[in-house]
Amino acid sequence: MSGPLSAATLVPGRAEGPAFVLAEPLSFWGGFDAGTGRIIDRWHPQEGATLAGHVLVMTAGRGSSSGSSVLAEALRRGTGPAGIVLASRDAIVTVGALVAGELYGSACPVVLASSADWPAVAAARRLVVEAGSARAWIELVP
Amino acid sequence: MTPALDAIDADLLAGRHGEAAAFAMRLLVRFAEAVEADGFLDAEAAHIDGCLYHGEVSLDFVERLVALGGRVRVPTTLNVGSVDLIHPELFRGDPETGAKGARLMRAHEALGCVPTFTCAPYQTIFRPRLGAQVAWAESNAIVFANSVIGARTNRYGDFIDLCCAMAGRVPRYGLHLAENRRARVLVEIASLPPEWSEAGPACVAVGHAIGRACGERIPAIVGLPAGATEDDLKALGAVAAAAGAVAMFHAVGLTPEAPTLEAAFQGHPPEETLTLSAGDLRGIVAGLSTVPAGTPLAAVSVGTPHFSPDEFAALMPLLRGGPRAAIDVYVNTSRATLAAIEARGWTAELEAAGVTLVVDTCTYVTAVMREMSGAVMTNSGKWAYYAPGNLGVEVAFGSLADCVASARAGRVTRA
Repeated sequence: MSGPLSAATLVPGRAEGPAFVLAEPLSFWGGFDAGTGRIIDRWHPQEGATLAGHVLVMTAGRGSSSGSSVLAEALRRGTGPAGIVLASRDAIVTVGALVAGELYGSACPVVLASSADWPAVAAARRLVVEAGSARAWIELVP
Repeated sequence: MTPALDAIDADLLAGRHGEAAAFAMRLLVRFAEAVEADGFLDAEAAHIDGCLYHGEVSLDFVERLVALGGRVRVPTTLNVGSVDLIHPELFRGDPETGAKGARLMRAHEALGCVPTFTCAPYQTIFRPRLGAQVAWAESNAIVFANSVIGARTNRYGDFIDLCCAMAGRVPRYGLHLAENRRARVLVEIASLPPEWSEAGPACVAVGHAIGRACGERIPAIVGLPAGATEDDLKALGAVAAAAGAVAMFHAVGLTPEAPTLEAAFQGHPPEETLTLSAGDLRGIVAGLSTVPAGTPLAAVSVGTPHFSPDEFAALMPLLRGGPRAAIDVYVNTSRATLAAIEARGWTAELEAAGVTLVVDTCTYVTAVMREMSGAVMTNSGKWAYYAPGNLGVEVAFGSLADCVASARAGRVTRA
């Protein structure tokens, strides 16, 4: 295993947990239930899966900006992911995690991985995310 | 990229405009980094889509700003809430959601937001001017501001809309910049169904088509019906933003940044051309209905986006001289428009015709409709798009005249 990968911080914090790699983009609004913490989009291949405690790995977000509220509400209830690794910038996810952090101190870091590192990130079994104010590191556990 | 901070931004962050503004600016800086904005601009106004209750977090966020003594720094309007504060008896949902929804609306007022509670703030005295930099939320309001008025906003939403209002600043990126406002897709309407007397259905069909085909890309439309009104463009934008992620369209010869096709494209060639025939438009409109003609109706709902005074002026002659509606008829509108039609003496006439006026909210986002077992008819492409999923009802789409005729017949009837 190589050393930690460098990433950009979108929301600072630290997270560690099993990786949950989204097979397709997910809209938190209409696609995720903050009450149960489950994916409820009936067209999504991972419908029924829970995100709590996992480091969510997603290429990009999708859907309504109300997704920010749904993600923040899930983080308040403890049904949301421990951290999020993105392949492209996503304002909806960033805002949801930021607001939960400001209101509840629930640090759900959001980081942006480089495209070169993406295949390794998406193949990891477990991830550790350390996101400082600007730079972040992702440690892969195969 | 770290966005550049002007003196005002540094002052805001340092708390020189209060703790609430500092809190908002801190979130805005992070947001600006996430969208790669290079700095900030003064906002002239804001429109907030934060009054619908999505859970405890909705209240916690706004009440935190209230507790910090926050006041919005620019004129700020509010989108619909979860309840009709003028007619609270209409609410039929869970009482706790209703109470928290009302509390959320009041908390926004406590921040100095104007209690407009409408998705059509552009048809109130708060209509922005051409070229104004604004922070607007709610998909139909965003499209209208950019397209029909030529004000400049990105697709702001949850939390960030209010942060912009509290700071009086917007991140400098996207549609705030002239060069990003050019059209990418040419939409040519080759022919219109001659049997359609109202421009409304054609505009809804075109809006639906561009939503599907353009995603986030800006279209320039050529060949809309000559009689297309501001309300028809409102309907077009609303369904385009529901079916796709459209934040702006140009209608050549009708919208202010598209006096000519060349102006709309800022001299660039189209990336793609979409041609729509009368047959395509008929097909799209037919596809908006989930039930056939003749189906019994539970209700009729119009006014998504909120009905304007002009739309009421079109409705009144259709109602006069005919029998009272056989089923529930809802018209969603703003309290400002309600005051305007009351002044004309129309509310009593509407009531006598069997119309329920829904103010401050909308029938597709909250529990208002009394009878939902059966199909609902609408002239709104946006309502037809969302209601089957949100409310679990079947939908019939038709012109405003079709909706009135069907309300009297109690089943789907078209001219």
